[in-house]
Amino acid sequence: MPVGSKFGVVVFPGSNCDHDAYHVLSDVMKQDTRFLWHKNTSLENVDAVIVPGGFSYGDYLRCGAIARFSPIMKEVISFANDGGVVVGICNGFQILCEAGLLPGSLLRNEGLTFVCKFVNLRVENSETLFSSECRQGGVLRIPIAHGEGNFLADDATLLNLEQKRQILFRYCEPDGSITREANPNGSRDNIAGIVNEDGNVMGMMPHPERASEEILGNTDGLHIFRSLIEGLKRREHVHDTLERS
Amino acid sequence: MYLAKITVTLRKSILDPQGKAVHHALESLRLDDVQEVRIGKFIELNINASRQEDAARITEEACKKLLANPVMEDYSFSLEKVA
Repeated sequence: MPVGSKFGVVVFPGSNCDHDAYHVLSDVMKQDTRFLWHKNTSLENVDAVIVPGGFSYGDYLRCGAIARFSPIMKEVISFANDGGVVVGICNGFQILCEAGLLPGSLLRNEGLTFVCKFVNLRVENSETLFSSECRQGGVLRIPIAHGEGNFLADDATLLNLEQKRQILFRYCEPDGSITREANPNGSRDNIAGIVNEDGNVMGMMPHPERASEEILGNTDGLHIFRSLIEGLKRREHVHDTLERS
Repeated sequence: MYLAKITVTLRKSILDPQGKAVHHALESLRLDDVQEVRIGKFIELNINASRQEDAARITEEACKKLLANPVMEDYSFSLEKVA
């Protein structure tokens, strides 16, 4: 019997990492997980929403631009604005930026090609809901697979992200140093993942759900899923304590 | 009816690697006088409006809300009265 929090994985036409995310949450992490079809107008009382990777609506117009206006996203946006926990992976990150839940935008990779490989990520802030089980400054090895992952934000936004510790992961060398060579797509300041100001919405280009099982040769992604699950438990505990008092 | 012709381009301050690649190709064609290439999108909307200002308002709203992302893109458009 699954215990803990309830997770919803959004499914758009063109999503292709939805089953991977579902598999990790449901089968590996033993969490109560359900799919949420893009035409749904209810989040079915989940505690956290995963907006998965893929090519929602064929990436027409801009990545995430059409998905952002689907019925389920209206619910996801109000859920997030009420403090609900939302994670966007790859295309999901692009969708959350288009929806205005995260600052910035993801452009075509600087090298113009689709890049599919393992990258090293330095944990820039281990005090978030999504990274508490990671070591501050530690390096995670997680794959990327995208053509539009070049994170862009203007100088003022970037400074704000830095000052409020909203930068979660940066592309780095295996030893953790941040170099231009370690940047696979031209992202500003090597940014690979960020959180919103309130700390309840996270977006990242790399795929932790593809690095969460021994059989796949890498379990670094589990640090992120464990952080999320533990973080939700803590939130519920605080919530219960407040309700009782 | 009005026909809106919309151009969406990456903002000037943003590097356009696609434009840069095309520029290199033009240079190899010895079209050395080309100084810069920027690549964008062209979108046409047929709008059921009797007044040009209504068509302009609708086009503006479409651009702002969906067709262009202000973080990275600029847009411009022209309107043409069609039968």
